Amino acid sequence: MKRINVRESDPGLVEEVESEEFLSGFRGCLGCGTCSAGCPVRRVTTAYDPMRIMRMLVLGLRQELLKGDMIWLCSDCYTCQENCPMDIKITDIINHLKNLATQERNIPLGVSTQEKLLKDQGKIYVIDEFDNKKRSKAGLPPLPAIAEEARTLLAKREGRHKRE
Amino acid sequence: MIYSLFLGCTIPARSRNYEISARAIASRLDIEFVDIDEFSCCGFPLEASDEKGAVLLAARNLCLAEERGLDICVLCSACASMLTKTAYHLKENRELRDEVNKELSKVGKEYKGTSKVKHFARILLEDVGLERIKNEVRRDLTGLRVATHYGCHYLKPSYIYEGFDDPQDPQSLELILDAAGVTNIQYRHKKLCCGGPVLLTDEELALSIAREKLVCLKDAGIDCMNLVCPFCDLMYDSNQKGIEAKFGEEYNMPVLYLPQIIGLAMGMGRKELGLNLNSVSTKELEARFEV
Repeated sequence: MKRINVRESDPGLVEEVESEEFLSGFRGCLGCGTCSAGCPVRRVTTAYDPMRIMRMLVLGLRQELLKGDMIWLCSDCYTCQENCPMDIKITDIINHLKNLATQERNIPLGVSTQEKLLKDQGKIYVIDEFDNKKRSKAGLPPLPAIAEEARTLLAKREGRHKRE
Repeated sequence: MIYSLFLGCTIPARSRNYEISARAIASRLDIEFVDIDEFSCCGFPLEASDEKGAVLLAARNLCLAEERGLDICVLCSACASMLTKTAYHLKENRELRDEVNKELSKVGKEYKGTSKVKHFARILLEDVGLERIKNEVRRDLTGLRVATHYGCHYLKPSYIYEGFDDPQDPQSLELILDAAGVTNIQYRHKKLCCGGPVLLTDEELALSIAREKLVCLKDAGIDCMNLVCPFCDLMYDSNQKGIEAKFGEEYNMPVLYLPQIIGLAMGMGRKELGLNLNSVSTKELEARFEV
């Protein structure tokens, strides 16, 4: 782990995340480490540490947080959030940070691929003729290939930040 | 009892054993499912990169059930959390609701908040009831040693789930299994995550997380795992062989969906419950209980 350089601090990041009212309150983080103690990802790798993420957020270390890989290793299990003695919405905050990282074009290939599939099809897997044949054989009702209206809904959005 | 059935993306394409068994036991328990063809992805896979888009997809799905005056039964825990969380935020946050409804109006929809979302297991517990399940038991599964994996999104975040179970000490799935007559086994890593969501960013890491529980269960001497989410099933059942190869270990552990176990207790057969579609063979277990 590299030493934290507070000169890189950008308090704007704190304000940006706090502007989402539901996510505010993280400045009350005690640094007690309960989040990391229960984390299933932290159990198997030192490359991930939710307390470090919370401290980096409070210090406004925008570049390190949003350009780095760490936030993308969160398994979204909510253990840290459920255990936090200050009721900080840690998992919801990390998810929001992933969104901010995406806007800075830091997005893993697997995640962007899923996003593209959803925008093209409205669902992750197309149900083709073969699938419906298997479904019918198992006594299950047929399903349409894609979700057309959902695709339209995502395509029609206004003011959507364009990354490409 | 009537619900719209929300399948999501993974179940109808990859986890038909879950769908087959859920429909089979629902019909025995007088639950009627209405299939809505227009349902899309729940929105969960978009949450990390486009959270507003995720909420939009979820809200549109909720509208489809509302229009029909139906509550929603969900099989996948990720779908359950996405839809329930969206209903929660749309209720609490007027500004978000207006913003979402503005977008929904472009496809002729408006979110009102009249449909309730529940995971299938929660419906079994709260609406069907344990007595009814007990009354439907036709096969004695005493001695079938089952370890329940609750997974994460079935119970968490707890602020959306109205306290129907306690994520710190969950009981609901074991109460249902108890009614079905199986033997619940306690184990150390009961609350551990399957690692599924990490698959997209770091496969090796995801498999290491899943392994933790498999190793722990191997020592617990169980007959099978019980779970309620297709992502957890992907990690423990579909990926079990891969984890065995990667770590040079052997678990040989059948992984069943809750409705498959309930269906066995109800006296149903292998194909009726889609057990032929499980990755790790369940044949030994079936032979023991004369399925």
